[in-house]
Parts: sequence; structure tokens; C-alpha cells
Amino acid sequence: MKAFFATKRLGAAAVLAAAALALSACGGGGGTAAPGADSGAAPSYEVAKDVALTGSPTFDKIKSSGTVRIGVKQDQPGLGFKDAATGEYTGFDIEIAKWVAASLGVPADKIEFKPIPSASRESAITNGDIDYYVGTYSITDKRKQLIDFAGPYFITGQGLLVKKDNSTIKSEKDLAGKNVCSATGSTPIQNIKSNFPDTKTTEFDTYSKCVEALKGGQVDAVTTDQAILIGYAAQEPDTLKVVGEPFTTEKYGVGLPKGDTALRTFINKMFTNGGDTWKKIYDGTLGKSGTKVDQPKVDQY
Amino acid sequence: MSSLLFDVPGPKARSRNRVLSVLTVLVVLAIVAFILLRFAQTGQFTAAKWRIFTFPLVQQTIVTSIGATLGAFATAAAGSLVFGILLAFGRLSDRSWISRPCYGITELLRAIPVLIMMMILYYGLPPLGVHGITPFTAVVVGLAAYNGSVLAEVFRAGIESLPQGQKEAGYAIGMSKGQVQRIILLPQAVRSMLPVIIAQLVVILKDTALGFIITYNEILFQANYFGTQSQYGSPVLPALMVAGVTYIVLCLLLSGFAKWLELRLRRGPKAIKAAPPRIMADA
Amino acid sequence: MDTLLNNLDLFTTGFKNTGILFVFSAVFALILGTIVAAMRVSPVPAMRAAGTVYVNTVRNMPLTVILAFFALGYPKLGLVPISFLSAAIIGLSLYTATYVAEAIRSGINTVPVGQAEAARAIGLPFLPSLLLVILPQAFRSVIPPLFSVFIALLKNTTVAAGFSVLEAGAIRQNLSERGEPAIVGLLWVALIFVLLVIGVLSTLQRYFENKWRVAR
Repeated sequence: MKAFFATKRLGAAAVLAAAALALSACGGGGGTAAPGADSGAAPSYEVAKDVALTGSPTFDKIKSSGTVRIGVKQDQPGLGFKDAATGEYTGFDIEIAKWVAASLGVPADKIEFKPIPSASRESAITNGDIDYYVGTYSITDKRKQLIDFAGPYFITGQGLLVKKDNSTIKSEKDLAGKNVCSATGSTPIQNIKSNFPDTKTTEFDTYSKCVEALKGGQVDAVTTDQAILIGYAAQEPDTLKVVGEPFTTEKYGVGLPKGDTALRTFINKMFTNGGDTWKKIYDGTLGKSGTKVDQPKVDQY
Repeated sequence: MSSLLFDVPGPKARSRNRVLSVLTVLVVLAIVAFILLRFAQTGQFTAAKWRIFTFPLVQQTIVTSIGATLGAFATAAAGSLVFGILLAFGRLSDRSWISRPCYGITELLRAIPVLIMMMILYYGLPPLGVHGITPFTAVVVGLAAYNGSVLAEVFRAGIESLPQGQKEAGYAIGMSKGQVQRIILLPQAVRSMLPVIIAQLVVILKDTALGFIITYNEILFQANYFGTQSQYGSPVLPALMVAGVTYIVLCLLLSGFAKWLELRLRRGPKAIKAAPPRIMADA
Repeated sequence: MDTLLNNLDLFTTGFKNTGILFVFSAVFALILGTIVAAMRVSPVPAMRAAGTVYVNTVRNMPLTVILAFFALGYPKLGLVPISFLSAAIIGLSLYTATYVAEAIRSGINTVPVGQAEAARAIGLPFLPSLLLVILPQAFRSVIPPLFSVFIALLKNTTVAAGFSVLEAGAIRQNLSERGEPAIVGLLWVALIFVLLVIGVLSTLQRYFENKWRVAR
């Protein structure tokens, strides 16, 4: 076990993988905490064995290949973020994704994360590029026509991110005549277009490009779910700030291939029964900012 | 050649040309200096902005993304050459039920923007129940369809520009039409149209960059991602510089290879000196 | 048909912006391209070199990279702010100008040498002989390739969709926000492009080609 200390520098992902392996190796032994697991912020998850899940084509695929391909965001600090230098994925969504994988019997080192921007999420799921998607994915009726959602596992609302020295935009009421940026095909941009007709919009494939445009002065504000914006503001507290209160309600779900009810029910059950794990994940990621929220109740439609 | 637009300069013209040369150099230098100065003033050359590229994983990602670009290029290039040859033969067919549809397909595919074609493949088909379309397939099929139809026109023009005698000689020794086209006409057409074909291949290489819009993880996609890593100072311009230089090097290598190939072919058996029709690569 | 009619506003704005991109970029590219072509055939070596370097650099870079530079990179330089539409026009013009320059240069090469010699014989210096004698003749044989360049430009405007310009290429993403099936919208866009390219530009191309055919 001493060897684990040597791997510490490989980053939490490797440690987590090792921890997960160690856990599965110890198995029935009652989960001795692997050394190094507490050095990372996030908890490790017990990899389930002999998962009883029938009638799910997605799970059958995962089981036969032994690996799982999860679509995530790679540019949202605090939620789904990939450090270019270390290749390490961190954030709340990432942990949720790992938790789901572990409950399906896939250890962390068999997870393949695929960064996919907002506009291509439905295509990636229906195409079968990924097995499921965890990345600030709002549950909407329109999307439900193409794919299915497990969850919600988190609730947030649309907020506004502006430059630190901006004093004209204090809430969504000050948006008339301003140029607001958000991601192509996202829920917030639709909201702005239909409910704030005086507001100009700018669209990019990722929120991080919007943040760059904000810093460059091409847009006056970036709008999307407040949880995402808080992540950006936390990364550059000297230049950016979040203003106002959330003015919509967004429920994040796990995007699944349409019609895979067995898997959806399975994940929903995992969320419902896994309150402790959820809290641990939240406290280790988003909760570090000090805010407290409760786990939402799943919606088994 | 174009140099014949002016006489050999005399002493007066030489001195005037020298003045103009100096002026041009000054103007160009001024523009370059201004750009570099702005880059320097906004801190684009600071170590902090380039630090991200010192990490082994980042370098590895760049190499992988170059591989992704080249992979899409090679597959699309092979696909469009095959598709182009088939379409060209189809259009040259004597049977109108073959040549007409081939004509229609060529014109149609040439008129639709490649990006729209990629979007139809990637965003349009899956909801209709077509499965297994990855960004890679969408990029490759889109590029092959468009460039194939452009190359079809190139091949056809090349074949039609060959002297009649070539075809007649083939028939005279008892070859079938297919044999004449395959063995006699096509190789000569390819040789005389090689510069255009290569130019079109460069277009394919460049157009793989469209893949970033439909989330294909190629060079530009990664450059955009690196550019928005704010913990490394959001190196947008450094990342774009790396991407730009990479593309230029790849394209120049391809063009260089083409030049070499052309020279080699010239040295081979005597090429037919039919003036090839002026067809330009279609961006 | 419903998709088109119910979202007519989207299609009109989209294609209006495509039109703006096309017209402005075409004009700028034509002007810049002609200048670059003139530089590349000029007697001044430095001008020839500058023209060649410009053409070879820009032509070997994807349009996407050039647009990314003006839309995402340029604002970092702290110069005059430009809108995304202008950024796209600048990028498209600079890119297309290289193709225009090459088309014109190869057109210049088709004008018989005797024309240039005759111009010089009556004492015309380089620029007047180029502008008055060579280019007017070159433009005739340049028309077909030039039209091809502009057809490519029209199609290339769709790339601006990736850089926050609401033009034809961006109609899909806006449609999918409204919950319309992607394929229908995309097919309409494709159809309109086919009509514009085959119905309008190619027809014009053929018309001018026949009208100004030069017997040589």
C-alpha cells in the first residue's frame, strides 16, 4: 500500500483510479480507506459488483466492453473542467459521472471522458458516441423528445456574469440594449431571445469563449446557469463577478439514449438512495464556496 | 510569362525600382512591426502565455490533434479521389441514364457548402434513426462528397483535353471503352491535371478545420480549448499562432511533396503536351 | 414547408447576413486581390516578394483559423473594437483576395505578350499599360475563374456561423433552440444555396463567359 504515496503526484484522477481498484480488490473486506483518497477533494465510490440491470442496451454495451464513455464539459470550472496540462477532470458533474459509473460496476480507470459542447449533446447521445452525458444538462421537454434524462441531480437558475468594474448591470432588468453572450443551443440563450427582445445576443460553442469575449469587452455580460458562472468568477475573482439572483430554474439531469428506461430508473434509484454520497460530492466541489443546497428529488417521469 | 509585362529595366528604371523596393520593404516592415508591437504590448510573448505549451500532456494533445487532422485528411482525400474518378467516368458514359444523374450529383454537391453538408450528416441524420455518425465520419464524408465532385470535373476536363488520337489508338488495338479510359486516358489526365488535383488536396487539408464546428477534436478545436484555459492566462493568440503555423507547415509539406511528384513524373515517359484547360482549385 | 414558413424571420435574417458578408467581402477581395495581382507582376522585386508571401501564407491557412484570429484573437490586442460581422468580413476578404489575385494573375498570363509589347512601344509605363491594356483584356478571360472564386466565397460565408455571426450556417442552431427538426432546416438552407449557386451565379457565369468570349 505504501506505493500509493509515490503515485500521489500523478494527480487525484490516478489516485482515485488506484483507490477504486484497491476498493474493488478488497471488496467484501469492508472498504478500507485507501491512502491518498483524502488528499483529493472528492470522495471515491464503491464499484458495484454483479450489477443487476436488464433490458438496458446502454448497460449491455458498457458491460461487454468493460469501459464507459461519458460526455462531459471540459471548460466549466467547478462543474466539468479539464486541466490542459494534467489532463485531469474535476468538478461536481465529473464526480456525479464517476458515481454513476461506479454504481454500474465500472471502475474509475475504465472511464473515458469525452468533452462535448452544448450544441452537440443530443447528437452525441443519439449517435452513440457516448453512453451518457453529465454536463450542466438542463432537463427540458424539447430535449426529452430526442433523449431521456435521469435525475435531476442539481437545481440552479440563470444568472449573469459581468466584469468586476461594471456598475450598470445589476440584475437581469438592466439588460436592455446590452450585448449578452451564451452558448449556442443552450437554454439561457433561448430565454434571452424570447423574454428579453431588446437585448443583443452573441453565441459561441462554449461558455469559456463567451468569458473571453467578456474580458475582451466584446460583450457586456455572459449569461447561463449561475452555478457555471460562479465557477468562472471563482477562477478570476479580480476581473469577474456574478450579479443578481437566479431568474429561472434549471434542473440538471443525466442525458441518456432515448427509450433506455431501465438505465434511467436505475440511476434515479441511485440518486434517491445515495443522499450521503451526493452530499459528500457537493461539499467536495461546489459546496466549497460555502453555499448550501439540498439534493433535489428525482423526477421519474 | 508575366515578367514580359515590362522591359529589362534601364538605369533610370533601376533606380526607381530600388526606391519602390525600399518603400515596399518599409511599408511591410511597418505593418509587421505594428502587429508585433501590439502583440508584445498586450503580453502575447510573455512566458506566462506560453507556459501551457511546456506541459508534456499539452504537447501530446497537440500531436494527437495533428494526427486527427491528418487522419481525416487522408481518408477524405482517398475518398474524394475515388468518388471523383467514378463520377467523372459516370459523366463520360454514353448511356444517358448514367451520365445525367452523375451530372446532377456533381452540380448539386458542388453547390452546397461543405459545412452545411457536415451539419446535415452530423446533426440532421441521427434523429432520423441513422446511427454511428461520429464527427470523424461527418467530416470525412462531407469533404469527400464535396471535393469528389470538384475533382470529378477536374478529371473530366483532363480526359477531354487529351488529343483524340489517344482514344482512337486505344480502340485501334482492340481495347474496350472501359480499358481505354482506365489504362490510357485517366493516367494521362491525372498527370496533366496534377497541379489542380494537389491544390484541391490542400483545400481538403484546410477544410478539415471546419470539423471544429461539429466538435471534431482536430488542431483548431484543441487550440480553442487551450486558448480558454484561464489558469494559464487564456493564451488565445499563442494557441492560434501554434495552430496557424502548424497548418502552414502541413500545407507546405503537401505542396512540396506535390512539386517533387510532379518533377518525378516529368522525368518519366514523355508527357502528352496537351495544354490542360485552365481549371482552378475550388476553395 | 412549415419549418420554412414558421421561421421565415430566421431564414430572412440568416440569408440577409449571408448576403451582407458576401457582397462586402466580394468587393474588398476584388480590390485587394487586384492590387496583390498587380504587385505580383510588377517590375519591383520587393513588391513581387511581398505579394507572393501574402498569397502563400494566407492560402495555406484554413479560413477557420483566419476567422478565429479576427473574432477571438484580435480583441486581445486592445485595438479598435470590431463587431463579429465586421471580423468575419475582414477574414473572408483577406482569404478570398488571395484566390482573386491568383485568378487575375493567371488571366494576365493569357494575354498575348504582343499586347504588352505594343503598349510599351507607344511609350506607356508599367502601371498604365497594366491598367489600360492588359487588365481589361485579362478580366474577360478571368471572369469564369473569378465567378468560381465568388461561388466559393458565398459558400464560405457559412463558416462565420462558428464565430457568432447569424447567417445561413447558423440557422440550424437557432432552429434547434425552437425545437424544429435539424434536418428540415438544413435541407432548406442547402436548397437555397443550390438555387443561389446554380440558379444565379453559375447562370451569370455562363452568360458572361459567352458574352465576353475571346477568340484566341
